[in-house]
Amino acid sequence: MFDTKHTLIALVEDKPGVLNRVVSLFRRRGFNIQSLAVGSSEHPGLSRMTAVVAGDSIIVEQVRKQLDKLIDVVKVSDITDEDMIARELALIKVKATASTRSEIMQIVDIFRANIIDVALDSLTVEVTGDESKMESLIDLLRRFGIKQISRTGRIALTRGITRD
Amino acid sequence: MKKTGAQILCEGLTREGVEVIFGILGGAVLPIYDTLPQYPQLRHILTRHEQGAAHAAEGYARATNKVGVCIATSGPGATNLVTGIADAYIDSVPMVAITGQVASPFIGKDAFQEIDITGITLPISKYNYLVTDVTKLAETVKEAFYIAQTGRPGPVLIDIPKDVQEKITDFVYPEKVNLSSYKITSMGHVAQIRRAARLIDKAERPLIIAGRGIIISQAYDELEELAEKAQIPVVSTLLGLSSFPGKHVLNSGMLGMHGMAYANLAVQNTDLIVAIGMRFDDRATANTGGFAPEARIIHIDIDPAEISKNVPVDVPIVGDVKAVLKVLNKDIEKTDHLEWVSQLEQWKYEHPLMDVGQGDKLLPEYVIRQIYEATQGNAIVVTGVGQNQMWAAQHFTYIKPNSFISAGGLGPMGFELPAAMGAKVGCPEEIVWCIAGDGGFQMTMQELGTIAQENIAVKIAIINNSCLGMVRQWQELFYQRRYVDTKLWNPDFVKIAEAYDIPGIRVRHRDEVIPAINKAMDYLGPFLIDFFVEPEENVYPMVLPGESLARFLEIPKPEVLSK
Repeated sequence: MFDTKHTLIALVEDKPGVLNRVVSLFRRRGFNIQSLAVGSSEHPGLSRMTAVVAGDSIIVEQVRKQLDKLIDVVKVSDITDEDMIARELALIKVKATASTRSEIMQIVDIFRANIIDVALDSLTVEVTGDESKMESLIDLLRRFGIKQISRTGRIALTRGITRD
Repeated sequence: MKKTGAQILCEGLTREGVEVIFGILGGAVLPIYDTLPQYPQLRHILTRHEQGAAHAAEGYARATNKVGVCIATSGPGATNLVTGIADAYIDSVPMVAITGQVASPFIGKDAFQEIDITGITLPISKYNYLVTDVTKLAETVKEAFYIAQTGRPGPVLIDIPKDVQEKITDFVYPEKVNLSSYKITSMGHVAQIRRAARLIDKAERPLIIAGRGIIISQAYDELEELAEKAQIPVVSTLLGLSSFPGKHVLNSGMLGMHGMAYANLAVQNTDLIVAIGMRFDDRATANTGGFAPEARIIHIDIDPAEISKNVPVDVPIVGDVKAVLKVLNKDIEKTDHLEWVSQLEQWKYEHPLMDVGQGDKLLPEYVIRQIYEATQGNAIVVTGVGQNQMWAAQHFTYIKPNSFISAGGLGPMGFELPAAMGAKVGCPEEIVWCIAGDGGFQMTMQELGTIAQENIAVKIAIINNSCLGMVRQWQELFYQRRYVDTKLWNPDFVKIAEAYDIPGIRVRHRDEVIPAINKAMDYLGPFLIDFFVEPEENVYPMVLPGESLARFLEIPKPEVLSK
């Protein structure tokens, strides 16, 4: 058994303290959480949570069952082995001078990312995609000097037929 | 109809069938207590410490299979409940804990006696609520009781700010709960049950491990039917004691760290384990790497998260133990395992539990056996934690269903006295024996005050070895007898009891044991016996820490088996 990244998606009650319960569970059971993203779902009163967890499949199955046991969790699925679409959003504020600005903009173009803020000494880039796309863009921008990065963590859905 | 929050709470409690509440009042629950006299059907028992209230609620719940209720004020009152809530959580005991909270405008301001009790109890409760809106209180109480006693039972805490207790709203008690995210699988997967049945039919050396789930599900008859129809010997976990008749020919004792040698040998040699309502606790399995090396495992439990958590299983069946066994029992073939059963008999003969012999020494094992003899098993035994607990588990024969009450998972010393009190309140017709250690007894002995005030007729046996016995045993065996801080200077417990107007006797010699027990039984009210037992008596057998169940220390002084 070796550790792989698993993507779990959960529908949870949109109530105070629910995120706390989920995070507390990860801490208490010693599960390693790599990213967690939460937002409203298509059901009023329910949120959808995407968690990326590293571990062998036995541990991740424990995570799934423990999450499912929480009263506020409606449903949890490990969609790692399913046909899924996963995206992440990152905002990257990179140093830019008159001489580097156009080069940065070219790179951003290639990645189909957007410049969303321009200042005298910096550009802020918005990029969506999977983690490897994020990493390569960040790597390329690093030599210009990255001032700040903010990432959402992965959100995911299964492809095709509608399911929760 | 308009009612205050406090009235709504009391209405809810009565509608949920609550008869008794254990608690202590304080500033943040005054509106609730002020309302209690309007509900004379709710008996309130004033304990001396909130830990006592929580353990008493547990004792009540464990003995009756009903929800135990405790109540405490905000801040320290609430934090004092924590040990009992944690214990109820790990041992799956249905409980509703009610705490007062500072008034809403003070929440988050570090007000006097403000504490985030929902935050504190998050990992040790099945669910908890902070009720900020009085119109939500009725449904919260309904949900709390539903969650506490369904599926795998557990404690639910309701934290109610003082102003919410006083606010007035229309009272409508909901007919049923609306919890779409809370689901219970109770029936068991038919195909899995069929697979299990075929494994049972084919097994040559099958073994049942019975856990507390049998007691929670009240599946005594179904367990007996399974064992008898397929002639499968039964070992039980600590908390599974009294789930299967102690004198049944197929009863093979308790497994685990201080389990009977023959029970552990059975586990290590079986080819099929049918684990029912148990969770493969490390004290039961010992080192899981060497656990039951030849066995395939069928695991029946209502909590899917218990499946393959500690030990990988071959056939998982998620469901209510009683419902699953009903189906399973129909499917299996009537068979026998004469060779295997006689092998177990052979192990029982070769590795008997110690003989308490005829010597002068006052052995704790002898005391427990005499309590059994005096009651003929017709009693509820409530234990503390440590040596007294293990001796009570080993040397009392549990004939009556659900007659052994003990804190297995958390192991909180001091459980015994308040839990015995709660058990006696829940089952006033039963004889309740509290088996205490001298260390644990002093953690909650102030509940003698509650026992005296309410005249709760528990019989208290202090197994007094003037030390923290189980820890001393570990120091003896694994720390070269360096007895660091395990020796206790004890007060005169008989005088302490007398100070509470509870009669007591100190017993120093073997020949005084039976008369003392008889005197306690003949007395109508609570009674205390302080048994001055051999200070360095150890609990055997003992599986060595880190080893498999196959490696245990037996009684170092071999004695002749008396049949």
